[in-house]
Amino acid sequence: MTSPLFEYAPAPESRSIVDVAPSYGLFVDGEFVDGSGDTLKTVNPATEEVLSEVAVGTEADVDRAVRAARRAFTRVWGPMRPADRGKYLFRIARILQERAREFAVLESLDNGKPIRESRDVDVPLAAAHFFHHAGWADKLGYAGLGPDPRPHGVAGQVIPWNFPLLMLAWKVAPALATGNTVVLKPAETTPLTALLFAQVCQQADLPPGVVNIVTGAGETGRAVVEHADVDKVAFTGSTEVGRSIARAVAGTRKVLTLELGGKAANIVFDDAPIDQAVEGIVRGIFFNQGHVCCAGSRLLVQESVHDEVIASLQRRIGTLRVGDPLDKNTDVGAINSAEQLARIRELSEIGEAEGAHRWQPACDLPDRGFWFPPTVFTDVSPAHRIARDEVFGPVLSVLTFRTPDEAVAKADNSTYGLSAGIWTEKGSRILAIADRLRAGVVWANTFNQFDPTSPFGGYKQSGYGREGGRQGLAAYLKGASH
Amino acid sequence: MSDRLAVRKTFKLYLGGAFPRSESGRTYAVTDARGAFLANAAWASRKDARDAVVAARGAFAKWSGATAYNRGQVLYRVAEVMEGRHAQFCEEVAAGEGLSAGRARAVVDAAVDRWVWYAGWTDKLASVLGSANPVAGPFFGFSTPEPTGVVAVLAPQRSSLLGLVSVLAPVLAGGNTAVVVTSRERPLPAVTLGEVLATSDVPGGVVNLLTGDAGEIGPWLAEHDDVDAVDLTGAPPAQAMELERLAAGSIKRVLRPPAEEPDWSADPGLSRMTPFLETKTVWHPKGV
Repeated sequence: MTSPLFEYAPAPESRSIVDVAPSYGLFVDGEFVDGSGDTLKTVNPATEEVLSEVAVGTEADVDRAVRAARRAFTRVWGPMRPADRGKYLFRIARILQERAREFAVLESLDNGKPIRESRDVDVPLAAAHFFHHAGWADKLGYAGLGPDPRPHGVAGQVIPWNFPLLMLAWKVAPALATGNTVVLKPAETTPLTALLFAQVCQQADLPPGVVNIVTGAGETGRAVVEHADVDKVAFTGSTEVGRSIARAVAGTRKVLTLELGGKAANIVFDDAPIDQAVEGIVRGIFFNQGHVCCAGSRLLVQESVHDEVIASLQRRIGTLRVGDPLDKNTDVGAINSAEQLARIRELSEIGEAEGAHRWQPACDLPDRGFWFPPTVFTDVSPAHRIARDEVFGPVLSVLTFRTPDEAVAKADNSTYGLSAGIWTEKGSRILAIADRLRAGVVWANTFNQFDPTSPFGGYKQSGYGREGGRQGLAAYLKGASH
Repeated sequence: MSDRLAVRKTFKLYLGGAFPRSESGRTYAVTDARGAFLANAAWASRKDARDAVVAARGAFAKWSGATAYNRGQVLYRVAEVMEGRHAQFCEEVAAGEGLSAGRARAVVDAAVDRWVWYAGWTDKLASVLGSANPVAGPFFGFSTPEPTGVVAVLAPQRSSLLGLVSVLAPVLAGGNTAVVVTSRERPLPAVTLGEVLATSDVPGGVVNLLTGDAGEIGPWLAEHDDVDAVDLTGAPPAQAMELERLAAGSIKRVLRPPAEEPDWSADPGLSRMTPFLETKTVWHPKGV
């Protein structure tokens, strides 16, 4: 049998557009400064090549950043006319658009995601987030959050490595639009686009101290969260870390929003158009190598179409191109880190050990870098670890159901509740099932769609608070009920 | 004065629609504001709290799945029955809170009116808090508020009826079910409210009222994995931080206690409803 892959000549995006410095300091009070602690190396996960060295922010560094943010809040950003705050955000949105290729290439280098995704999803959505929130800055009184909603002050924000620039935008844009200033800690393995964003802030003449970026790992994040002069904490990441942050802010006056893990059910009914559903399943779990908190990692397929769906899905997965993130033909890129790869491998081995059946397409993986092929587990029972734990990788667990009630029961049988998918031609069924699913985002006949106007966030242990839309503004305004 | 011997009431818990004693067999003496004995109230235990969570979880699907109009009518019916018990509430509030008859009447009036106010909210929340999302693509997207789930409420310690209504009604209006630990010193209006709920149309288990000590039961509720949110209003101030920490274990939504018990006559706005509401966003493609 011939390979299902079409032959394509390699079409690598040039990396000459980005200029990665050998080392970076912290962005505090409008300028790059040396950190007072160690450094860490950030690597290209597709090649294991060291891209740069960045500072590991210490408590003293974080303190300096928080003090800069407080000063900027009190003296400049707080008193500024809201329309002017909006104009700065419009400027940032435009610069992101102008430098979109640079950001896309840098994101793919540092994160390992396919350039097709960083170019078509991450960067345009990040710009859209700034553009959308820019317009809110002088219209907050119309948001239904009270006649004169006020900012909290200094927001401490800690973001993950799966969508480094986009998560920055989700955090920074609403915080600034509502009049807060920011100390942001990017993920340990993906600091580079945040540091490039710092240059964008300079280019936009954003007043010093409004945005401060302190790179580092867990301890740096802890210092941001626990700093006594931080008023508002926003975190996206694992449920485990979210728990420790919720404990850390207990008993303080800090306001907290959490966007945590997920184990989304993607429910395929027997009347769904199979080809479309298969595209949705692929988009749901293999988008961004499955490093997506809302990934459709549990496929619930109606028993009568199980074999047909799986056969079609396997055929489709066989055509996915896994490899060089900078190649425009690549569908699935590199796993972000050795650590994450180890976790994906471990959970997959547990899946087999517990009796599920692992399927992977024949696919050549590069010799260097961190790679894991698209993987489908069938014969999964709801008690299996791979049906319960968030793998955060390109691993799909397939379960079956017979009735809509069973589908809902299995979908909701999770400590998480971030997202879900429904595939059926029957509109009334979509609405009824969507009503019953305990999940913050439900995609019907689509999956993994995001938009700055659309609130995103979880039920249950997937966190609380929303990002995006009118509802998302509430997180950054005092006493605001969404 | 008639020489008839009064029939005294046994004060019990309200749990799953029934009126059990505490499984622990414990009671404690409730006195009036001047220290005179009023009644022996059931002293709820950890086991009662766990039973109450089971009852509240069991009642959640039906209550949250009812139409907003139906929930509004059921809650309005509660206010009607409260009005019928007006005199009894006045007596209990006056005795427990040490208020004059006139002041107690005003408090009971406010409590009934507060319940009516929340009853009217059920079918407005989605219009006020929801949205049609103008996304940049061929999709129909909308967001609606939904109840968080089972809410554990530590009711105010001082305001035994108006305070209780002010924390319970908003939880119910949003479609949640509740496990309430009442004021420890002043539990009698809560017991009567349980009788009101049992004789209106609120399904059993939607509200569970535990008389007893928030300091003792609070931690069990705060760390219970099947509780989705906690309102710490009536928590002992020294314990609030520990309760919030316990609640973090399962990422519960936490409504922190105010520095001191607020003036319950003030307009609450949405501030007690939105902490117990989730936003659900649904996307669907447009196409011909």
